[in-house]
Amino acid sequence: MAAETDSRAEGQASPLCELLGITKTFPGVVANDRVDLKLHAGEVHALLGENGAGKSTLINVLSGMYRPDAGAIRFEGRPVRIDSPRAAIELGIGTVYQHLTLVPTLSVLENLMLGSHGGTGRLDLSAARARFAELAGLLGVDFTPGARAGGLALGQQQQVEIMKALWRQGSQILILDEPTSMLTPQGYEELRSVLENLRAEGLAVILITHKLHEAIELGDRVTVLRAGRVVGLLSPRDLRGRGEEELSARIVEMMFGEEAAELGDAVEVEAGPVPRKLTRRELAGVALQVRGLALDGGDEAVGVNDVDLEIRSGEIVGVAGVDGNGQREVAELIAGQRSPRAGKVLLFGEDVTRLGVRERERRGLRHVTDDRHGEGTVAELDVATNTVLKRIGTPPFWRAGAERREEIDRFARGLVERFDVRTPSVRIRAATLSGGNVQKLLLARELAGEPRVVVFNKPTHGLDVRTAEFVRDQIREAAAAGLAALVISTEIEELVDLCDRIIVMSRGEVTGAVENAAGVEERIGALMVARSGSGS
Amino acid sequence: MRARALRLGEATLVAAVPIVLALVVNGVLLVALGRDPFTFYADMFERGLFAWEGFQESIIRSAPLLLIAAGLIVAFRANLWNLGADGQFLLGAALVAGLAPSLLDALGVWPMLLITMAIAALAGGAWTIIPAILRGRYGVNEIITTLMMSFIGIGVANVLVKGPFKTDIGGVARTDVVPFDERFPLLFGTRIHLGFAIAVAAILAVHVMMTRTSLGLRLRVLGANPRAALHAGLRPVRLTLIAFTISGALIGLSGSVEILGVQGSFRADFNPAYGLLVIPLVFLARLNAIGSLVLVIAFSVIQIGGESAAREADITSDLVFVLVGLMLLFMAVIEYLRVRRGLGMRFVPDEVAERLRPPTGEGGAPAGEPEPAIGAGKVGSR
Repeated sequence: MAAETDSRAEGQASPLCELLGITKTFPGVVANDRVDLKLHAGEVHALLGENGAGKSTLINVLSGMYRPDAGAIRFEGRPVRIDSPRAAIELGIGTVYQHLTLVPTLSVLENLMLGSHGGTGRLDLSAARARFAELAGLLGVDFTPGARAGGLALGQQQQVEIMKALWRQGSQILILDEPTSMLTPQGYEELRSVLENLRAEGLAVILITHKLHEAIELGDRVTVLRAGRVVGLLSPRDLRGRGEEELSARIVEMMFGEEAAELGDAVEVEAGPVPRKLTRRELAGVALQVRGLALDGGDEAVGVNDVDLEIRSGEIVGVAGVDGNGQREVAELIAGQRSPRAGKVLLFGEDVTRLGVRERERRGLRHVTDDRHGEGTVAELDVATNTVLKRIGTPPFWRAGAERREEIDRFARGLVERFDVRTPSVRIRAATLSGGNVQKLLLARELAGEPRVVVFNKPTHGLDVRTAEFVRDQIREAAAAGLAALVISTEIEELVDLCDRIIVMSRGEVTGAVENAAGVEERIGALMVARSGSGS
Repeated sequence: MRARALRLGEATLVAAVPIVLALVVNGVLLVALGRDPFTFYADMFERGLFAWEGFQESIIRSAPLLLIAAGLIVAFRANLWNLGADGQFLLGAALVAGLAPSLLDALGVWPMLLITMAIAALAGGAWTIIPAILRGRYGVNEIITTLMMSFIGIGVANVLVKGPFKTDIGGVARTDVVPFDERFPLLFGTRIHLGFAIAVAAILAVHVMMTRTSLGLRLRVLGANPRAALHAGLRPVRLTLIAFTISGALIGLSGSVEILGVQGSFRADFNPAYGLLVIPLVFLARLNAIGSLVLVIAFSVIQIGGESAAREADITSDLVFVLVGLMLLFMAVIEYLRVRRGLGMRFVPDEVAERLRPPTGEGGAPAGEPEPAIGAGKVGSR
């Protein structure tokens, strides 16, 4: 809680770094419009806003990636020009990006030394070890410098990234871009204690997030951005001594303006769990059945052991669990992207275990992947082609192998409109879409053409509140129309909000199944870390 | 309209600058060798392009190169590195040269031409099957396997030519010569033979296949994102096999065009290394078939004209390789600078860039936050 931080004399201490009137435009978009930001030493400053609010642009200005069109930066009271990443680093501004940049085959120490451009090319190992020990103590990490980076948990890899950003002596500002987007609940707690240590060390930390509760929990100050402008600033005094609900309501109003009222529900899901009253749907026959599914694990993938599940038409079944406990493997086994070592997948009573992806799709099965850039879309191809990626060669989009461009474009335009995918044209490359819009595109593609069973793997991962709620609405609507939905998610609140039943996976096994009812979160939480006790 | 003119201007600039740079650097070399570069270049373009005879030679030279380009594009677009073009080409050529004389005696000209073309294509295609299966089924790096198969192919071609296909006539080991009248027929009273028409048809067909058909799209998806291909239910193993065999078949066919269009017979140790020349060309054309067509013909002009000009200036024709190499090098450099700029790293001053920037779009555009350029992010985090 922010309230736990000591009460520094606010306002009196001059800020470490000031961004004044930063304006940055891109063709057609004002990404930052006269943005002011004051950073104080020993504080975590949360930068909160929806996707597209201008958070990334602002920190790219501070880290020397972008040159602002207007505005000034003052550092320790002096005006400075940060016109290159190097200039930022020399001022002691380190950045940890959302995506990991470690070389997995190298050791932690080697990764850290990669980042430092030490003059002569000779590697000063003993100095590097000393620096590692120093930072390890500061951050409170528990891995050795010799550990292989690829073998660390994601949270630990992030800690290495933070060490990398602080590697140069004299770091003063640390920028964390969406640091929680890939963390488990445990990793989140670790991050919180790391932030505590950085604070004590007197660093200024900028924490970028689109999640409201994170901004409140982790930040000492919160700046709220909307459409490129600062629409709110909460000082430590504002943050202390108020209930979280009151704060949430205030910030939601800042983030979304007048539209906030109609978004009430969505925001509550984001801000805290609200058990949903279950409506008993008319359940039809069993749509998807999985029996004793097993898969051998490898170096990277976790194995899957004896997974059973059953979904009826019209039902939404959730799969809870900490990321990387076999959920993705189960999704891929159901979709036909992998072959199981043992077990069966049945669609409407028919054994499809030996059939390929296309044959299963023909029987009404769809798979919304959690890796929307890595396998969901082909970035180089245009939006329209991506909507028919799973129908290549089929009429009406192809006849006798020849592409029929108008049919494809018409289909794509229909989907883009229905799912509100923001794109200037269906002919532009999918790479230009933002993450939320790619997710909508995937959803549009998989829900088109009357699917009967859909596996949604982390369908709202990394989306802003509004888009996430839109995605959940689409799933609800489809289920109401008779779809059997399997929703994999790491956010328990989301599953509680959405599902009729929730099964929990841990270490590749189903550790339990619960009906969605009041107080279900605690049971799920317990099952998430459980080893399957009764198991084989 | 203006944007389009700008793009066209830029494209011309990108094509012209490396050629001019290469001519200048090579010119310095010519001066150092005591030759007049202006005379040399005038000769080169005269004999390769403007003189009717020379132009026909250039076109004839381009025929096998175009077929190889077509074959490479199919594989490269699927991100399959068929680097065994020379082996596929020579194997096709040796089989055609060895079998054509007896087929000619037995069946006559047209059946011989058709059958030898089929044999060359089959041989080239078959030569890729082992790398294709190894890559598709077991993930073995095809760069290594196609190169190894290329060595084997070159060896087998020479074993055939020096053994069973060897003619009785003395001198260098070679196959029987197919008489000039019984090779590919010439087009419209020129010296250009049917092989060129086949090559142009092939590269256009590849263009249509890659851009307008479901097979082409499947191959492109496989090439651009193999995981997406798997996710979308494509069959990577089968597609790998298809791409490789089409690639090898087109390259094998180029062997028959070279033998029955130009050489007439296969002399031992014949190896023009066309594959190595064409690889950078298709890359510079961004694996676009039409672009490759233009580039290949342009380079044929320079090769033919340059060889002739070198003879005239009494210097070795190796100079042409220097010139061609310089052009490829400068093209690659200019291309790199272009890509860099595409990634948001300007090499023009801000003020100029400001003026070049198109007017901002219509109102009501989505307030999407433009993500930092991919390259910029990577560079910064290093």
